[in-house]
Amino acid sequence: MIWNDEFETLPREAIESLQLKRLQQTAERVYATVPFYRESFDKAGIKPNDIKTLDDLQRLPFTLKQDMRDNYPYGLFAVPLEQIVRIHASSGTTGKPTVVGYTKRDIATWSELMARSFMAAGAHKGDVIHNAYGYGLFTGGLGAHYGAEKLGASVIPMSGGNSKKQLMIMQDFGSTVLTCTPSYSLFLAEIAAEEGIDIRGLKLKVGIFGAEPWSETMRNEIEEKLNLKAIDIYGLSEILGPGVGIECVEAQNGLHIWEDHFIPEIIDPETGDVLPAGEKGELVITTITKEGIPLIRYRTRDITRLIKEPCICGRTHARLERLSGRSDDMLIIRGVNVFPSQIESVLFNIEGVEPHYQLIVERDGNLDTLEVQVEVNEQTFSDEIKVLQGLSSQIRKEIKDLLGVTCQVRLVEPKSIARSEGKAQRVIDNRQ
Amino acid sequence: MKVEQISIFIENKSGRLAEVTRVLGESQVNIRALSLADTSDFGILRLIVDNTDTALKVLKDHSFTVNKTEVIGVEVPDQPGGLCSILEILDRNDINVEYMYAFVERSGGNAVIIFRFDNVDDAIKVLTANGITVLKGERISKL
Repeated sequence: MIWNDEFETLPREAIESLQLKRLQQTAERVYATVPFYRESFDKAGIKPNDIKTLDDLQRLPFTLKQDMRDNYPYGLFAVPLEQIVRIHASSGTTGKPTVVGYTKRDIATWSELMARSFMAAGAHKGDVIHNAYGYGLFTGGLGAHYGAEKLGASVIPMSGGNSKKQLMIMQDFGSTVLTCTPSYSLFLAEIAAEEGIDIRGLKLKVGIFGAEPWSETMRNEIEEKLNLKAIDIYGLSEILGPGVGIECVEAQNGLHIWEDHFIPEIIDPETGDVLPAGEKGELVITTITKEGIPLIRYRTRDITRLIKEPCICGRTHARLERLSGRSDDMLIIRGVNVFPSQIESVLFNIEGVEPHYQLIVERDGNLDTLEVQVEVNEQTFSDEIKVLQGLSSQIRKEIKDLLGVTCQVRLVEPKSIARSEGKAQRVIDNRQ
Repeated sequence: MKVEQISIFIENKSGRLAEVTRVLGESQVNIRALSLADTSDFGILRLIVDNTDTALKVLKDHSFTVNKTEVIGVEVPDQPGGLCSILEILDRNDINVEYMYAFVERSGGNAVIIFRFDNVDDAIKVLTANGITVLKGERISKL
């Protein structure tokens, strides 16, 4: 079933001419209203009216996450604050988050795209959508919520945590669709098993999982343990939030990206050049309908490739192959974005601690675990256990305060973390 | 009065303790007393040796994290209740023991206990005022 038949099945030429028109309008608007874009367009020697074809998009400069930080909080907004009706934010490197603002129309667009996504995943009016994405600054909770209401389904605004209650509500309210991170779904299955609840026997038929990378093996495990169809959803707050792309339940093969609102490109992350069709590289997205904070050629750092072949579901929008990594060192731990540089800044601010550290990420059962190894030196060492344990818990607490992620801190002997000639290997990710 | 103790940070992995003792042995440093405090991740090895300076140097040369602390050695009557009488004196005077461990050798007919206090000077005052023998550093290394 297709939510918006007219737009989701537009012929390719029609998509492209719509994209060109909307790109031209967006470029005009950001050039006129956002000083950052006026400067970067001028520097690249391009004016909005130089954009005559979609290929001209390649001449526009990229927007980086750093640009959003540099313009914190509202510097990239293209409308006055009084037209912004919602503000979301994601965690940032130095404690400053990345801020996004939505106009009334942006919220309507987002709801529409989430409604399309729900339907592509096999959800309908009449479904009971159990939304266990976090509500708050994170876009997941409210994004899915508005889309579920737009769809006409009954949405339960659970938010995250309190797993036993989640299970009780699922049983008693007859939840049919589950939205959360993939790892949390497995965690729920585990708790259900402990509590003697037959989670396979519940009414759940579809799970829409995103906000962290997950493998095909994990999908099989989720489908087996929860007895539902596990659908991958893509989104990032800078671009919109959840609902930028979704797998259709018919094919479960690639995530349709809504091309009437976004222009995806695949580039070589080293050179910045657009890669030939079908090649794998970094996904770059230009928003072409957003009002609050339109972004030109935003570097997502996600590695994928674009599939333009027609899909059996009937949708004509291109598909993103399931994400296969990042072109930077960002880690996603239990849905939280973590950059090693953030951990480094925490360590740097604790007296005596040297920023020789290593991050070990594991999947323990179904949950991601983060271990931060820190070298002890003469300044931090003490003959008293309580002093060293105090140091560990201080590091743990400050990481939790800044990043919202719980970790284990392990003190190690000096020089036990390998020094390398070039870039130190800061991260050992054993989740694959 | 005070005794120099060295402490070594040891990760909880096999062979580290052996490495410390090998390094000390090769430098002809003799261990006089030791205590190991451990957690699930790491341990702290505390040693009293016959040559503290050499021990510190060779351990640092081998990249161990080491520090030096002052502790005291106290003579304890080697009989039931012997240790208790000393701890009671400390308790009455609000002196907090960070940790303690037994010395291997005896001093005359008495056992020797190594104490680590936050405030060593106060502890020495209280103990000597109560007629407890606090051993001199040089004596400890020669026991």
